[in-house]
Amino acid sequence: MSWLEGLIAVLGLALITLLTRSLFLLPDRELPLPGWLQQGLRYVPLAALVAVVAPEIFSTQGRLIDTWRDARLPAALAATGWYFWRRGILGTIVVGTLVLLAFKLGLGW
Amino acid sequence: MDASLLPQPVWRHPQFAQGLRDMTGTALGIGAWGLLTGIAMAKSDLAMPLAVLMSLVVFAGSAQLAVLPLMSGGAPLWLIWATALCVNLRFVVFSAGWRTYFGTLPRGQRLRIAYFAADLNYAMMMKRHPQPPPVAESVPYFWGGVALNWPAWQVPSLVGLWLGDHIPTQWGMGFAGTLALLGLVYSMLNDRATRIAAAVSGAAAVATVALPLKLNILVALAAAVAVGLVIDHRAAAPAHADKDLA
Repeated sequence: MSWLEGLIAVLGLALITLLTRSLFLLPDRELPLPGWLQQGLRYVPLAALVAVVAPEIFSTQGRLIDTWRDARLPAALAATGWYFWRRGILGTIVVGTLVLLAFKLGLGW
Repeated sequence: MDASLLPQPVWRHPQFAQGLRDMTGTALGIGAWGLLTGIAMAKSDLAMPLAVLMSLVVFAGSAQLAVLPLMSGGAPLWLIWATALCVNLRFVVFSAGWRTYFGTLPRGQRLRIAYFAADLNYAMMMKRHPQPPPVAESVPYFWGGVALNWPAWQVPSLVGLWLGDHIPTQWGMGFAGTLALLGLVYSMLNDRATRIAAAVSGAAAVATVALPLKLNILVALAAAVAVGLVIDHRAAAPAHADKDLA
């Protein structure tokens, strides 16, 4: 990809970020949203986060993992345990990462 | 309402500090994810100035990670853009939600807000202010979150770009970002309906993970919203629920 082509690609990507994030926020007049969709919006942020997180834990390269000897599983389990014990996100990250490293570097999972 | 009409600078409003504090828990995870994205950009054959520009102006990690292999492989522009568009489609749904918070602001301000409105900003706003407060409160809250989230992403991303090959990726540090989101998800499970919607979304996203362009995220969103609506509907009218659902 030439330098100019790369520049055009990156600027286009920036425009896509802006457009997707502002689509319904941009028009001055209210866009008619069906009532059920307005109501359903409350589930969207949670569902979007889970939809990003779950495949990161349970799949590799677009495929479901086929072994339980995967360091991500004990890491996610430990992080979950910590969260419901202490209710802190920072601790959840630290504990999960430490368990991940222990299983990856220690056991080679 | 223009920012200049607010009684004080936006960063002096107590809601600014609140927004910033609410972001501290996830900042480390976002940083790890930014670092990973920076490393991925360094390892692609994108020229350094272009990679810096991409980090600063595109500011959408999952879209950046999705298009990098395409850009390195010399894919046509339309495919690169179509991929980013699909990965970013969830923001379109968020933008409808943002409208209930910021719909009354001048368009210039709405555009500025939209550019910085990443996943976590929306999640935090929904958590802290489920009912949209007056813009005099939601605007400083929003910018307080951005004041931490944006640099927490950009600085590690640029560091990763600079360090590039010197950081071993096989340690799986990107997983810290996933763990941050996992903790955030748990903090949002506050009733039966949200727990069920979350479980449905997760199952749907994993079951359809083979779909191209991360379309599994959209499938999961649709499934979770549908299930959530059915639960709301049954809770609202239990006597008629069976007939209405038939």
